[in-house]
Amino acid sequence: MATTPNAAAPADLTWSPRALLRRMRGADEIAHLITFVAAATLLLITVLLVYQLWVLSAEARTKFGWGFFVTKIWDPVAGDFGALPFIYGTLVTSAVALVIAVPLGVGGAIFLAELAPPKLSSSLTFVSDLLAAVPSVIYGLLGVFLLVPIMRTTVQPALKATLGFLPLFQGPAYGIGFLTAGIVLAVMIVPFVLSVSREVLLAVARDQREAALALGATKWESTWKVVVPAARIGIFGSVFLALARALGETMAVTMVVGNNPRIAASLFSPGYSIAAVLANEFSEATGNLYLSALIELGLVLFLLTFVLNGLARILIVVTTARGSGVLPT
Amino acid sequence: MRIVKILSVLAVLLVLATVAVAEGGQVLLNAAGATFPYPIYSKWFDQYHQAHSNVQINYQSIGSGGGIRQLLDKTVDFGASDGPMSDDQLKTANVPILHFPTVLGAAIPSYNLPGVQGELNFTPEALSGIFLGKITKWNDSAIASANPGVKLPGDEIVVVHRSDGSGTSYIWTDYLSKVSPEWQQKVGKATSVNWPTGLGGKGNEGVSALIQQTPGSLGYIELIYAIQNHLPYGKVKNSSGAFVKADLASVSAAAAAASKFMPEDFRVSITNPEGKAAYPIASFTWLLIPAKFTDTTKRDVVKDFLKWMMTDGQQSCESLSYAKLPKEVVAMEMKAISKIE
Repeated sequence: MATTPNAAAPADLTWSPRALLRRMRGADEIAHLITFVAAATLLLITVLLVYQLWVLSAEARTKFGWGFFVTKIWDPVAGDFGALPFIYGTLVTSAVALVIAVPLGVGGAIFLAELAPPKLSSSLTFVSDLLAAVPSVIYGLLGVFLLVPIMRTTVQPALKATLGFLPLFQGPAYGIGFLTAGIVLAVMIVPFVLSVSREVLLAVARDQREAALALGATKWESTWKVVVPAARIGIFGSVFLALARALGETMAVTMVVGNNPRIAASLFSPGYSIAAVLANEFSEATGNLYLSALIELGLVLFLLTFVLNGLARILIVVTTARGSGVLPT
Repeated sequence: MRIVKILSVLAVLLVLATVAVAEGGQVLLNAAGATFPYPIYSKWFDQYHQAHSNVQINYQSIGSGGGIRQLLDKTVDFGASDGPMSDDQLKTANVPILHFPTVLGAAIPSYNLPGVQGELNFTPEALSGIFLGKITKWNDSAIASANPGVKLPGDEIVVVHRSDGSGTSYIWTDYLSKVSPEWQQKVGKATSVNWPTGLGGKGNEGVSALIQQTPGSLGYIELIYAIQNHLPYGKVKNSSGAFVKADLASVSAAAAAASKFMPEDFRVSITNPEGKAAYPIASFTWLLIPAKFTDTTKRDVVKDFLKWMMTDGQQSCESLSYAKLPKEVVAMEMKAISKIE
C-alpha cells in the first residue's frame, strides 16, 4: 500500500471541486477513475454492439419473428432465411471440440502443474502458448490438406467399422464435416484450457497440498481430491474461455466444415456454423433483407454465447455450493 | 558510408518530388467492389496512374455486394460488380447508375476422377442434373452418352460449390437457370444460393482443394484460377451442340455472339449464347458509374479512364488471362461514355 501523505490525511467527505482535486492527488482515486473508465468502456462497447445488431436486423426480425430460430431454410434467392442449421452446426462443432479439448487440456495442466519437473513444465507451457498464437487460417489449411485425407481414408472408416451402430458415425465419409471441424477447433482451444488451468492449479495454496499429504494422502490423491477441486472454478473459467473461442471461430471452421446448412445426426455430415456463414456471405450480400438476416445471425451468435455463459455460471454456483461442505473456500 | 549518404540524399529528393506532384491538382478517386477482376483493375489503375501522375484510383476489392452498397451510400466514387444491379437496387440510387463491361470471366467444371484420362464432356442436362442432386453416379447415362469410349466408374459424384458469395457462383447458377427450368424454379441465380446438394469450399482455392482431396468430386472454378494453377477441366456443350473447352478465345466468342442482343444499359447475361465457338458459361464484369458527377474534375477523369480502358487498357488483359471485350462491345461502350454528366 504505497500512498502519498495526502491520501493518508483525514478523508474530506465534501464534494467541492477543490476537495475533489485534493483527493485526486492520492493515487487511489486516480487508479479508481482509470480502472472505472476501462471497465465502463468495455460495457459500453458491448451495449453498442448489441444495439447496432438489434437495429440493423430490424427488417429480418419483423419479417421472420421467432420463426427465424426454427426455420431450416437459408435461401438468398427466394429471401427465405432461418438460423436453425447454423445454430445446430455451431453447437455441434463446439461440443465436439470441448469433448476432445477438455480432457486433454485439463489432464495436461494437472501434469504440468503437479507432476512434471519444473523445467519440463515451463518449456511445455511455452510450446502450448505458441500454439495459441498460430493464426486460425493456418489451422484451417492444415485441416484441409493434412487432416481431411486422414479422416476420409482412415479415421472415418475405422469409426464406422467400430462405432457405426451409433447414428453419430454413419453416412458417407467425405473427410470434411462436423467431426473434422470439431477436431480442428479442439486443437485450437486446447492451449487456452491448458494455460489457464495450469496457472490456476499452481495458484492453489501450498498449505492445502501439505495438509493432504500430512493426513496420509498419496501425491495423486492430494492432487485429485484437494488441488483440483480447489482450482475448479478457475478450470471451469478456462473451459468457458475456450468455448467462447470455439463458438466464434470462423476461418478454420469454414475450411473444413463443408459449408452446407444441413441438420444431420451424423458427425460425418457436412454442416455450417454461424460465424462461417457470416464470413462467407456478408461481403457479397445484396438486398436489405439478406443483409439484415445475416446481421440477425450475428445477434443469435451473441445470444448463444450469452446463454451458454449464463448456464456456465449457474453450473459453477451449483457445484461450488455442493462442494463447500468439503472445502473451506 | 558514402553510398548511404548518396542514398539518403536521393530519398529526400524523391520525397520532395512526390510532394511537388501532390500539390499539382491531385485527383483521388475511391472505388470498391468485385474481387474477381481485382488483378486487372489494380494493374489498370496503376498503369493509368503512371500515365497521369496526378490521378490516383484507390480500389478496394470487398466483393460485388459491398461495392454496390458503398456506391448507393455514396462512400465511393464508383463501384464494380460481377453481376448487374437489379431493377430494385437501381431504383434506390438517387442518381442513375450506368454499367460498363470491362473484362470477361468464365466458370469451368473441374473434377477428380482417378483412372479417367482426357477431358470429359458435359452436357447442360448432365450439369444441371448433377447440381440438382438427381444424377448421383459417374456412370449415369447422361454423362456416359456424351463421353463415348471413356470408361466411367460407378462412384458417387461429390458436388463441390463455392460457399462464399461470388461472381463465379453467379455465372454458374445463371447458366444452370437458363438450361434447366427446374433449376430456375427451385434454386435460381445469385452470388449465393440454397444449393440442393454438395460441399462448400471457400474461394476458388477452397473449391479446388476439396476437388483435389476428394476422389469422385465435381465442382466449378473461375477460368483464370484454373489456367494459372493448371487444373484439368472438362468441355461443355454449347447451344449449337459443339463441346467447347473454355479459353480466352471461346469466352470472347461468347461475348461477341451475345453483343448482337446487347441492351442499351449493358445489363446482359451472356451465358448459353449462340455460336459454334462460344463457351456457354461466361459473363461480363462491370464497373458501376454514376451518370451524374457533382465534381467536374472527377467526371472528366472517370470518362478519360473509361476511354483509356476500352483501348490501351484492353491490351493488358491477356497477360493476366482475362478475356478481352469484343470490338462490337467496345464501340457501344465508347458511345455510352457520353452519358456521364
